[in-house]
Amino acid sequence: MIDDPEEIFAECKKINEKYNYFTEVGQGAGDSNKGMLNGLYITVKDNICVKALDATASSKILKGYMPEFNATAIQRLLNQGATVIGKTVCDEFGFGSFNTNVGLDFKIPKNPVDVTRVTGGSSGGAAGITALANFRHVAIAESTGGSIECPAAFCGVVGFCPTYGLVSRYGLIDYANSLDKIGIMSKKVDEMIPVFNAMIGQTICSDSTVVDQRPKEFKPRKLKVGIIKESLKGMDSHVEKEITRTINALKKIANVEEVNLPFTFKYGIPTYYLIATSEASTNLAKLCGMRYGIQGDVEQKTFNEYFTEIRSANFGEEAKRRIMLGTFARMSGYRDAYYIKATKVRTLIIQEYKKLFQKYDVLISPTMPIVAPKFEEVKKLTPIQNYMMDILTVGPNLAGIPHASIPIHKSGLPVGLMAMTEHLEENKLFHFLKLVEEL
Amino acid sequence: MVEINKELIEKVAKLSNLKLTEEETKKFEKDFKEILNAFKVLDEVDVSKVESSFRPFEERNHLREDIVRESLKDPLAQIKNKENNFFKAPRTV
Repeated sequence: MIDDPEEIFAECKKINEKYNYFTEVGQGAGDSNKGMLNGLYITVKDNICVKALDATASSKILKGYMPEFNATAIQRLLNQGATVIGKTVCDEFGFGSFNTNVGLDFKIPKNPVDVTRVTGGSSGGAAGITALANFRHVAIAESTGGSIECPAAFCGVVGFCPTYGLVSRYGLIDYANSLDKIGIMSKKVDEMIPVFNAMIGQTICSDSTVVDQRPKEFKPRKLKVGIIKESLKGMDSHVEKEITRTINALKKIANVEEVNLPFTFKYGIPTYYLIATSEASTNLAKLCGMRYGIQGDVEQKTFNEYFTEIRSANFGEEAKRRIMLGTFARMSGYRDAYYIKATKVRTLIIQEYKKLFQKYDVLISPTMPIVAPKFEEVKKLTPIQNYMMDILTVGPNLAGIPHASIPIHKSGLPVGLMAMTEHLEENKLFHFLKLVEEL
Repeated sequence: MVEINKELIEKVAKLSNLKLTEEETKKFEKDFKEILNAFKVLDEVDVSKVESSFRPFEERNHLREDIVRESLKDPLAQIKNKENNFFKAPRTV
């Protein structure tokens, strides 16, 4: 473990040369407080604002945008003495499952265990540096439909996403407001708990959060665990082996039963993509070369010509695809059939989870059905095949329940187990994750 | 059932303030067909008695106290197109 800031910056730069985890290595502003996070170094996903560091969400259209403020979640960590040491690469605006959809001119991160494989996405840089950091570190990342859990599983680290709304989204470059959640990655569960506790709540900014609610207390007892049956189909052999071993070990310390979640499995993907792209298409409308990032010459051009030119030249392919899909789903004549329909199906998905939580403390599934694929395997996937990869992670994200991926592999490539609890039951989730850590 | 064709893709692109190349238009037409075909599964869900969830969990707006605080030092510092402390936009008409 190294502890000298200069050495840590040098180490991050060295790691970055080989693995492409950072969009920028450098210290955020205002890191001089004393508190319970003194000596902790944090990296921040590039779609979260940190004062004095560029915030691009790994998109060319935001190149050169340097926020004058810290996101609330980050400011709260700085107040407790944490130090920001850089911004981590992601899929452009979080639009991806493998972190291969980085914006134009950005470099794709490589898996820390095998550089011929992807990190997973969209928080790929965050997961990679968490795996390789040889200093006291946690990564602050963000999940919309699986962007923390998937890369955590592929890179072999713990990735945690809290109840929707518990952590302020002020200063997060939004992808889909009703789904976006700032969360944490670390090597061990214990490392993220004080960070989570410091991150909850507001600062002085107006905001919409559930800040008046706190995570519920939890007194350790024997847990009732439901394994989601539908999630056990279609796993690759390595994932299946590790999951089976883990479930057998869990049976010795918890009451484990198989449960069904058929509705979410059948309808989760279209519901997620219709809602997420609809929200993204409006959120990204502000990116047009005026207030943020790339700017062109406004003379001699009409309003629409200028905006269209800037957006067409600077958004990557997947960003364009999702903006288009979302625009379509909200278009007059289609809105009710696509966007509004999806918001109603979402209600039924939330109810399906709620019903299971009346009987079970924790639900589990593999995080991803496969191990981290090779770059050439990802290239062959069509957009819909890509979207289908999120089958296990979109459910808890749509329901806004706390969930986490925890590494369970004893050999070979990393495999993650995903655990989920009822809203505001983060403390129960942490307790369960620590049990899994000991298996 | 909506018919996905070149005209629809071009209309969506225009509404999105995107100008697609010929190649992109073709690709998105194909992608839209595949994606929306897979999403058709939602048609079988009866939602006639279901309310929308625009949020998964109750949220409230929390307004800060109405007190004067330090504002951004220079909001136009990073802006190239400006004049007399205003953003300078392309003409609208």
